[in-house]
Amino acid sequence: MSTTTNMTPAETKKSGGFTSAAANYLDERTSISTAVKELGRKIFPDHWSFLLGEVALYSFVIILISGSFLTFFFQASMAEVHYDGSYVPLKGVEMSVAMASSLDISFDVRGGLLMRQVHHWAALLFVASIGLHMLRIYFTGAFRKPRELNWVIGFVLFILAMAEGFTGYSLPDDLLSGNGLRIIDGMVKGIPVVGTWISFLLFGGEFPGTDIVGRLYSLHILLLPAIIVALIALHLLFVVVHKHTQYPGAGRTNNNVVGYPILPVYAAKAGGFFFIVFGVVMLLASFFTINPIWNYGPYDPSPVSAGTQPDWYIGFADGALRLIPPGLEWVWFGHTWSFNILIPLVGLGLFIGVVLSYPFLEAWVTGDKREHHVLDRPRNAPTRTAIGAAGVTFYAGLWAAASSDIIATHFKLTMEGVIHTLQAVVILGPFIAYFITKRVCLALMKKDREIVLHGYETGRIVRLPGGEYIEVHQPVDEYERWKLVSYSDYKPLALTPNAKGKISPVQRVRAGLSRWFFEDRIAPVGSKELEESHGDHH
Amino acid sequence: MPRTKKPTHGPSRRSGRRSPLASVALIAIGLLFTGGAYAAFSTTTASAATDTASQQTVAEGEKLFAANCATCHGLSADGTTTGPSLIGVGAASVDFQVGTGRMPMQMNGPQAEVKPVQFTEEQTAALAAYVASLAPGPAIPDAEYLDAEGDAASGAELFRINCAMCHNVAGAGGALTEGKYAPSLDGVTPQHIFEAMLTGPQNMPVFNDMNISPEDKRDIITYLKYVENNPSPGGFALGSLGPVSEGLFLWIFGLGAIVALTVWITAKSN
Repeated sequence: MSTTTNMTPAETKKSGGFTSAAANYLDERTSISTAVKELGRKIFPDHWSFLLGEVALYSFVIILISGSFLTFFFQASMAEVHYDGSYVPLKGVEMSVAMASSLDISFDVRGGLLMRQVHHWAALLFVASIGLHMLRIYFTGAFRKPRELNWVIGFVLFILAMAEGFTGYSLPDDLLSGNGLRIIDGMVKGIPVVGTWISFLLFGGEFPGTDIVGRLYSLHILLLPAIIVALIALHLLFVVVHKHTQYPGAGRTNNNVVGYPILPVYAAKAGGFFFIVFGVVMLLASFFTINPIWNYGPYDPSPVSAGTQPDWYIGFADGALRLIPPGLEWVWFGHTWSFNILIPLVGLGLFIGVVLSYPFLEAWVTGDKREHHVLDRPRNAPTRTAIGAAGVTFYAGLWAAASSDIIATHFKLTMEGVIHTLQAVVILGPFIAYFITKRVCLALMKKDREIVLHGYETGRIVRLPGGEYIEVHQPVDEYERWKLVSYSDYKPLALTPNAKGKISPVQRVRAGLSRWFFEDRIAPVGSKELEESHGDHH
Repeated sequence: MPRTKKPTHGPSRRSGRRSPLASVALIAIGLLFTGGAYAAFSTTTASAATDTASQQTVAEGEKLFAANCATCHGLSADGTTTGPSLIGVGAASVDFQVGTGRMPMQMNGPQAEVKPVQFTEEQTAALAAYVASLAPGPAIPDAEYLDAEGDAASGAELFRINCAMCHNVAGAGGALTEGKYAPSLDGVTPQHIFEAMLTGPQNMPVFNDMNISPEDKRDIITYLKYVENNPSPGGFALGSLGPVSEGLFLWIFGLGAIVALTVWITAKSN
């Protein structure tokens, strides 16, 4: 690709041999040079955290490649057979064709087990890198105008990735995934009035039925990947349209992007990075077992293994079910109302809703209509960072709860102790995390201010001719100062009456939220203030 | 062996009529036969073990018992407020508890933990013989069931149905309530596995020979030994704990490596 770009397609034949001729041939028929010129000169800033989204993209490519391999051998049927492959402890055991073909992939197809493990490890990495990428976007404020919609697309991709993961996890029809499906079935049935009908629709009758694997397979390899590919394309298109964000620094403004052009530097780096990610996944898959279905055996509704958990990204939902106190179930109007299922369902739904709509919420609170291409340092948006920390704590508490039994055995604790502690973490933890994070952010801002105004302490004490002792401060250099003073500062919105001279309740809510966000603030150092502090090195 | 069958009481009269005691005697004979047959059926191994233990071993075991166990289990092994009665627990129970180091118990807790074994094999055998001499109970299993040469597939299925909910499908162990737990079965000897099923130590239910036949127990042992002796085909097993250890590994080492590499790629050259 890089060779094509260096060629300015000319109307006359120049010396350059085959590549030049080929480039010219292509360009005359596709006008590709316009696209290459435009894209190739796109500038990308260099920072490690900007590569996390790329990791997700590359994991997805790895998943597509390894998944295609698996479809050659996997049979999504729940017809019953007696296993006759090479794994001794399952010989002759009755199981579904799906399970038998998964075992054949693992033991009798050359390279099959490696591909299964590549597929599964890459799937875990896919969702994990999306998660980390989202945290980066959130804490640096990269979701602000004009990128709110891209945040929504990205978050929908995260949900779809979880759906892909769960449908894939259920395909082998082993004991573990069957238990996972049973929990989903239970949650669906917990929805009052319609739950049972939805469950029957989903499973084609009473659980587990003989349809579910085939249906999940269609979703897993057809519908969900198609939507994901389309949304990834849209997501990337938006990145190109919006241009990339950059961290604050000398010379970086909302009107420029400082970094390397895609061609040749960035394309080479990113292309190489794909192989690095592939290499890491390959290493994981070569050396570490994942989802040993041969241990779990075929699904049978009666056994449940100790340590039955979903893959990590569904853990928060499993944790919510584990933490909800027992006994919240009543019969009203001839229907069973299982609040021990409904509360987690509604709670997690709200959580997802808040995360999805956060950019719009914050934009409404700040009332800021400007475009932002320079990222926030997390400390410079204390309330947002604190809300993020609270959300992370909430999620992490639920997540940890999914492994409550493993925590209990491995740290020699009681199961009840772990559960009650995590209940407290999920409910009180977010408040504590919010408070601590906000204070830490404000303290860091104060420190920054101090450094800008007075420089760094050097520890050098000087006695002046007049007998006075002073400590020499080293002033901060200009590049550093740029980073420390250039951030957007918001003040709480004042309550102003509208055209009719009234203050609407919506206005009140907005002003209240704004006060909550920006009441505690440290103003950036202005030039006047900086001027006054000069020559004042003590 | 079954008891003697000479239950007739009193002299018989030559009257041509049945003695008034005849029906009583008949019932007594019947009861003794059925009871004896049942006893023979259910505890054949137990009584055999009792017979072979010599009186000397039993006496030695009694001394050891008095010195090491009687504080909690009582001088006549009939239990105290701090320890249960051992009448009828059988030699298998003693061999398991003492042979794995669980007894004598180090301290009171949710359950007795495995620790270095406190007695030699002879001492353990003597203790077992003594406890077995108190009353019939499950005996130490025959070696034919402990060779781990049974049907692994059937054993795996039985294990999943009966054992995996506490011990995990790969025998990696799991949590129970209030600090109790099902231990990992990795490295447990076939004899101890068999005895555990037979006697139901700690919080484990009893799987007696009516419930899971000795042949089935042999299959289960075969499966466990298969898992133990054949490393996971997929590479390191990460403790066979399932998705939790996989997820943790991915986040720490997988994503950790990836992040380190992104830092490396974007580092400014010096």
